[in-house]
Amino acid sequence: MSKEMTIHLKYWKQNGPNDTGHFEEYTLNNVNEHMSFLEMLDVLNEELMLDDKEPVEFDYDCREGICGSCNLVINGQAHGPKQRVAACQLHMRNYNDGDHITIEPPRAASFPVIKDLVVDRSAFDRIIEAGGYVSVKTGSAAEANAIPVEKEKAEDAFDYATCIGCGACVAACPNASASLFTGAKIAHLNKLPQGEVERKDRVVAMVDQMKEEGFGDCSNYAECEAVCPVGISISAIAEMRRDYMRAMFSGD
Amino acid sequence: MKLESQEPGGPLEEKWEKHLKNINLVSPNNKRKYEIIVVGTGLAGGAAAASFAELGYNVRSFCIQDSARRAHSIAAQGGINAAKNYPNDGDSIWRLFYDTIKGGDYRSRESNVYRLAQVSNEIIDQAVAQGVPFAREYGGNLANRSFGGAQVSRTFYARGQTGQQLLLGAYQAMMRQVHNGNIKYHPRHEMLDVVVIDGQARGIITRDLVSGEINRYEADAVVLATGGYGNVFYLSTNAKNSNVTAAWRAHKRGAAFANPCYVQVHPTCIPVSGDYQSKLTLMSESLRNDGRVWVPRKKGDERHPNEIPEDERYYYLEERYPAFGNLVPRDVASRNAKMVCDDGLGVGETGLAVYLDFRDAINRDGEETISSKYGNLFEMYENITGENPYKRPMKIYPAVHYTMGGLWVDYNLQTTIPGLYAAGEANFSDHGANRLGASALMQGLSDGYFVLPYTIGDYLAKQEPGKRYGTDHEAFQEAENEAQAQIDKLLNIDGNRTIIDFHRSLGKIVWDKIGISRSEEGLKSAIKEIRELREEFWQNVKVPGEKNNYNKYLEFAARVADFFELAELMAQDALDREESAGCHLREEYQTEEGEALRNDEEYSYVAAWEYKDLNGKLEETLHKENLEFEFVELKQRSYK
Repeated sequence: MSKEMTIHLKYWKQNGPNDTGHFEEYTLNNVNEHMSFLEMLDVLNEELMLDDKEPVEFDYDCREGICGSCNLVINGQAHGPKQRVAACQLHMRNYNDGDHITIEPPRAASFPVIKDLVVDRSAFDRIIEAGGYVSVKTGSAAEANAIPVEKEKAEDAFDYATCIGCGACVAACPNASASLFTGAKIAHLNKLPQGEVERKDRVVAMVDQMKEEGFGDCSNYAECEAVCPVGISISAIAEMRRDYMRAMFSGD
Repeated sequence: MKLESQEPGGPLEEKWEKHLKNINLVSPNNKRKYEIIVVGTGLAGGAAAASFAELGYNVRSFCIQDSARRAHSIAAQGGINAAKNYPNDGDSIWRLFYDTIKGGDYRSRESNVYRLAQVSNEIIDQAVAQGVPFAREYGGNLANRSFGGAQVSRTFYARGQTGQQLLLGAYQAMMRQVHNGNIKYHPRHEMLDVVVIDGQARGIITRDLVSGEINRYEADAVVLATGGYGNVFYLSTNAKNSNVTAAWRAHKRGAAFANPCYVQVHPTCIPVSGDYQSKLTLMSESLRNDGRVWVPRKKGDERHPNEIPEDERYYYLEERYPAFGNLVPRDVASRNAKMVCDDGLGVGETGLAVYLDFRDAINRDGEETISSKYGNLFEMYENITGENPYKRPMKIYPAVHYTMGGLWVDYNLQTTIPGLYAAGEANFSDHGANRLGASALMQGLSDGYFVLPYTIGDYLAKQEPGKRYGTDHEAFQEAENEAQAQIDKLLNIDGNRTIIDFHRSLGKIVWDKIGISRSEEGLKSAIKEIRELREEFWQNVKVPGEKNNYNKYLEFAARVADFFELAELMAQDALDREESAGCHLREEYQTEEGEALRNDEEYSYVAAWEYKDLNGKLEETLHKENLEFEFVELKQRSYK
């Protein structure tokens, strides 16, 4: 039979970007070990609402670790204690009866709070907008097998392409840098022959946009890699820097 | 209401080409005078928005998520079909067409499906050019795998994240156009109504989900690419925010809703574990390539599955369907899982699960090979259930996954409201009564990249360029007032039951009575129960918070209100269809072996429902689009 627990929660409430915000506390009884972390918050909200209290807002959608909506910082760790999963895939069996859990939004100036645990990550969209694509029009593509791509290269590109854009890297970074996010998209596209043509323009545009958005620079803490739910390697950042330097000195 | 499919005549393989020759074009300097609204940013919506903008139209794109990249297409795992025939195993456009028609149990339009098969190859070219990192062979060419309902390997894939990679391709193409100023981008906005003026769609009403502000947007055409309605079941594999609201509100403004009873239940999902469960997780159908489905032959066999010897295992799909084995289509696999569990052979704590076993594949190919194919799925499974599928068979059970029904559209993907289009899962068009695996991605991208960009031009060419009624037109005013009134009403009820509580109760009725199998008796009682619960909802729901702020539960309340109405129509549609077809199994109409028994004489039609008025009671009128099969012969589907 499944285990039931009592969990003491402390969660962030903030009624908009200009509110100062504060913590609230609540103790949940009967938390089933098979619940996901977000299901536990659903149950919290059900209890709060039945008690005529305001529920706590948090972002989520797919609840299977792929959409990147959820971005909770749990006891100081982005996505919580379990490695390589998003908060929606964290299950309560990772906790013990009587545990205290603090839940905060990611803290970064570039991710202003919308409400409670919900933040505005539109800066990520703007970084992609700056150059995170291959400029190919619908209908103008060549036959798919016209350009062979080495299997290893495709796999390598895939490892970077798998980024879910959740922002855990920013939340974990002492500099609130978006280097892992930005580097992952650059590495994905620059590693493929399809992305080669715009290689230089892409890296410059995206890195400049990242700075423009107010994200900090990378100081190699590697906290981002440690919390990344899909395990993007910080070699993405090295690749990004190399490409950026090359683009700066290439003279065209 | 008249349903005109607008299918071109002539030989099947020439229809689309002929249509393209005959449709009107908008000249480049006129394109910038037109504005197109695209609601939804999944594969269909993202691809359409990007393609329209590339052509030179002004586009406004809306999505409910905080970024276009989060649309639920992102969660598709297994792959995308195309008739490239790279493996040289006898595939062709015809065969992809035929498999799709047959897989849909002969309840889709031949011309649409053939076009889908035709453009499938271009989709792969397009995605590769965008940098989608599909799986490759050692020689550098694209790799393929097989999927249910087909005897060829035509599925392209990017590990178990094909949807994610294709969606990011479309999203990036879209963001490029946002950067160029051709798309005005509105994330965290929900469409609450379509504005119809002089019989044409002229705009939408939205709610800004951050500020709560209600806004009006005018355009020359509106595309709904807002996904399916699987969340009417409460528990489904859909993302939590997936909903029917945009499509349903369009329906209430005059767009016919087609085949709502066709709902696909996916055979390989992780079973339910408790009442707190908020969603179900799918394990890609591709797992059935190497996994073998079985249950113990003996009821109540409580041994560890690995200790049950071969001859005491009932590989029911392999035994019943020797030709397709574990790769039978989804409806057949789901129904059989339910049948063996109903017979008391199910496994696990609830008895509502069957085994999906990789033991033989691991012995044959080695753990490394299996891991390279399905590694992330195995990890996901272990993470959710706490069990290691390399060591112990997975437990799986069917769950609602995809809805074939949706807004009725003609060959141009136009709904019954001129100027209003529906694409992807939001329309009913290509999958008949059952969708084959790896065909949803194909259809979404086909609609968005290769169909709408042409067909919408045909409509716009006939509209006066730059014509504007202004958003202070009374139709905008009225639609906004209604949207606002509904929000106020929901907030003012202040009842005792939560929205989730109502939604869960509704989902239970729909799952029990409009789920894997349906009966006249069950459907009639479903209608009664849905009405009663809906009435209670409007008296007793508790919606927290305020309207002028971020308020997720308020969003949900409005969506659940629409699900209540849709649910009744689903039951009504299922009741009308006195046959079994694909995923729609009426218990009264089965072959002796328990297979779906169609009635082609009387039910070879698309059921398109017209909304009348709601006064505590739904008034829906049935219109029939008869399906003509000129090129394929209708047969009893057999996968034996």
